[in-house]
Amino acid sequence: MADPTRLHAYEMATLLRSGEASSRQLTEAHLAVAEKQNRALNAWLAIDREAALAQADVADMRIAEARRSGADALARLHPLCGVPVGLKDLVSVKGGQATAGSKILEGYRAPFDATVTARLREAGAVIMGKTNMDEFAMGSSTEHSAYGPTANPWNLGRVPGGSSGGSAAAVAAYHAPVCIGTDTGGSIRQPGSMCGVVGMKPTYGRVSRYGIVAFASSLDQIGPFGRDARDAAALLHAVSGRDERDATSAPVPVPAELLDLPSSDDEAAAYLKGLRIALPKEYFVAGMDPGVAARIHEAVATMEQAGAIVEEVSLPHTEYGLAAYYIIAPAEASSNLARFDGVRFGLNDRTSGEFIADYLRTRGAGFGPEVKRRVMLGTYALSAGYYDAYYLKAQKVRTLIKSDFDAVWAAGFDAICAPTSPVTAFPLGAKLQDPVAMYLVDACTLPLNLAGLPGMSIPAGLADGLPVGLQVIGAPWSELSMLRLARAYEGITARAPWRALEPAELELTDDPTTPSPIERMERLTATSAGAGDQSKRT
Amino acid sequence: MTTAPAEAAKGALARYEAVIGIEIHCQLKTASKMFCGCSTDIDGAAPNSHTCPVCLGLPGTLPTINKSAVEWVIAAGFAIEAQTPPATRWDRKNYFYPDIPKGYQISQYQLPLAANGRLTFDTSAGPVTVRIRRAHLEEDTGRLIHQEMAGRRASLIDFNRSGMPLMEIVTEPDIRTAEQARRYAEELRLLMRTIGASDAEMENGQMRVEANVSIRPIGREAFGTRVEVKNMNSMKAVERAIGFEIERQAELIDGGDKVRMETRGWDEPSQSTYHMRPKEEENDYRYFPEPDLPPLMTTPEWLAEIATRIPELPSVRRARYTGEFGLSSYDANVLVNDASATALFEGALAVGAGVSPKLLANWVTGEYLRLAKGDAGGGSVDPVELAALARLVADGAISGTNAKEVLAEHYASAAPVASIVEARGFRQISDSGALGKAINDALAANPAAVADYRAGKAAAVGFLVGQVMKATRGQANAAMVQTALRERLEAAE
Ligand SMILES: [Zn+2]
Repeated sequence: MADPTRLHAYEMATLLRSGEASSRQLTEAHLAVAEKQNRALNAWLAIDREAALAQADVADMRIAEARRSGADALARLHPLCGVPVGLKDLVSVKGGQATAGSKILEGYRAPFDATVTARLREAGAVIMGKTNMDEFAMGSSTEHSAYGPTANPWNLGRVPGGSSGGSAAAVAAYHAPVCIGTDTGGSIRQPGSMCGVVGMKPTYGRVSRYGIVAFASSLDQIGPFGRDARDAAALLHAVSGRDERDATSAPVPVPAELLDLPSSDDEAAAYLKGLRIALPKEYFVAGMDPGVAARIHEAVATMEQAGAIVEEVSLPHTEYGLAAYYIIAPAEASSNLARFDGVRFGLNDRTSGEFIADYLRTRGAGFGPEVKRRVMLGTYALSAGYYDAYYLKAQKVRTLIKSDFDAVWAAGFDAICAPTSPVTAFPLGAKLQDPVAMYLVDACTLPLNLAGLPGMSIPAGLADGLPVGLQVIGAPWSELSMLRLARAYEGITARAPWRALEPAELELTDDPTTPSPIERMERLTATSAGAGDQSKRT
Repeated sequence: MTTAPAEAAKGALARYEAVIGIEIHCQLKTASKMFCGCSTDIDGAAPNSHTCPVCLGLPGTLPTINKSAVEWVIAAGFAIEAQTPPATRWDRKNYFYPDIPKGYQISQYQLPLAANGRLTFDTSAGPVTVRIRRAHLEEDTGRLIHQEMAGRRASLIDFNRSGMPLMEIVTEPDIRTAEQARRYAEELRLLMRTIGASDAEMENGQMRVEANVSIRPIGREAFGTRVEVKNMNSMKAVERAIGFEIERQAELIDGGDKVRMETRGWDEPSQSTYHMRPKEEENDYRYFPEPDLPPLMTTPEWLAEIATRIPELPSVRRARYTGEFGLSSYDANVLVNDASATALFEGALAVGAGVSPKLLANWVTGEYLRLAKGDAGGGSVDPVELAALARLVADGAISGTNAKEVLAEHYASAAPVASIVEARGFRQISDSGALGKAINDALAANPAAVADYRAGKAAAVGFLVGQVMKATRGQANAAMVQTALRERLEAAE
């Protein structure tokens, strides 16, 4: 067997069923790489070797039993049975940590499984550990983690994107074939784009939010990372579907075809014939990296050559999306984060002898600056006298943005293609002192969260050695079609030279003398006081 | 303050008009809590034994709606003639306190499940109608317990009550006297019990009454400064606390002082209200729609189905008792205001037995309630047995006095009326042959009494009746004995 960490999940599934590999072998191999490289990448906040191997053994027994029962039983096993996965550290795992990247949840052990966790266990997936993230998923670079930033495997001096940067980096660095992330304004798609992997935010309501530490309830969705469309589809299949414990999860059937995306590139490519793709002019914004624009236009042209019909459209309210988002998301967050009061779990400071003072001290010490900023923004937006001017108006903008998209679907388009992020991975520390610049990175992703639409980022080549993501936007519940489109694009670009490239600085991460991301960030920010370009490789 | 509050309030009300609004929280009768699966059977349970990640507000947990709690509020809305909106939703009320685990309470702000209702009730001054602004659904908080622990002052929290389903019912400021306030609360309690939405026991917090009280000179339209009164743990306390508050405010104003905006508590031992906290300005609860719960549609079919489950309401029942059965409005009130009395009366009526409703009503309002409210409370009366007993009395088969004893014994032992009558030998001797011998014996044994009667002392017959009753150990039909004695005494002259 070749290096198991280079395998796709569906390839692992084949080997596990034939008996050519065991889940224990696969899990061991992934744990070894993750453990060795985590110093340089800081993709993981927790790697639970013992629990992972125990789950691997259970998976091996399930597979062995199915093999004894015959072909039908083997076919009934989920493709992720025995396959290692990573979870963003805001997914509750019974008995395990769920820091959400925050000091305030240090020491907290969830006494229950999130629905996503329970469904992965049902499928037989092996949970390796918990991945790094911006605190409470608030950020676009994973630099707002209380446990230090994550480095981008393509360039260790650069951010992996965020907030699910740990999951994206772990998949890009072959620590796990698939990982779970969450996306409130682009937190799956944008790091997917910056790390050169597939990341999907499903339709709001597709995946249960029960057990996921909430950021903004009406925007949060859980979704998969994978190194290709088929793996992402398999993980989406495992975790999707109505859940009685989440009233906002929808009773929409999960298509079984998610597990049957074509393996043949030519067969997959045929899907593009006659497909109507819309190109929204507002998503090609000023300030966009020319390299990003070039890759997106090339990708669209390639699809056109394969038979897709591409037309420019307008989503006129796009420019208001960012403002509306930065009212609604902080408003909901200010309320969702009120439960971190030091009374029942996590960090607490009870030295003042008075409720309110203890509360203020606990939160003052437990929350980082970005979280505080958003809690204050949100509290202000909901205050008496401001509610109508901010929150209510933002909700109206939200309706307008949704109707922009509705018009595109009504015009008969099958999908919208756009850049995921207007920029490629930026240097560690570069935007940390400029919140608005950081927020702008999500301008092309957050409108979908406002509209509740599914979106995914798929690798579309490199610009200056850094990955560029093509964003595919679909109508509600059209995840299967989107993944077919993504798979088709993989098919038509299978022989493109960039497809053969591995993250450029992966080898460096094996070196124990390689600086950690926090050390790099400190070094970069110390020298950046006029240096300009920090993109030079270490 | 030396005057008795109730008396004093009457004094103040000669010069001022009180303006009172009432907020009542009722714990709804559901098997599980409002937003999680925890049991609501928390009375006497160990602290925090009825909790789960949801009602503890742990990270990542989400609420799910308890449909039966929603239905109780809709039913209550029907009972107070309120409007149900076509769609409702939940809102977050944000504030910090250690007993509210999420840092917000899920409540209803803009679209309450019931709006613009009213309730009519009787008072000593006649019927009064109060407008009800809204009734909505929300979750209860945990309970803080302050105590000394290892020499330190400590606050402990019991989250058993966290997430219990509550209905909040808010009136318009239509109430003018302390008595009206009490009567409103009593009538609402009766309504909740009748429809089954809540047991509404004030003693254990299933029903909590708060009043906003202000006064203004009679004839003036502008409202005075209002004071919120809490901690009223019985209906009597509601009346006394409000009466006290009216007088307190009147004295302040009369003395040239101002009424402060504040929250005051009722102190039972001293029969007075005390300052709890100032209320300078309204809290900013930063209400916004609860994003974890989709809006709820109240379809006409669903509403119609809920309407079919609502039993006869107290006002309708009272009208039926006075109209159809000719009961006095006093008796109708007594019957309707006590659920067990209503049930007994209705049950006995249903058995029929040819006894008039009025007679049954007398038994229930008289003997039954005397037993139920007496020291020997805790027993019960089977409606079938009550009907049988009333029948026996109506037929003259047992005496009224003995029947009361039978009911008391049945109430305590649940033994059938027939066997008690049998065992105690209460069946009346109405057979003239058997009576004839006893009468003859009595006349023969008491010549002096016979002589007295004949000498014009009509009362002497009473003595002779007593002798016959004694000889028959009370089983003789007294009326028959008296008639027979008179006949014999007069015939023999
Ligand atoms: Zn619970």
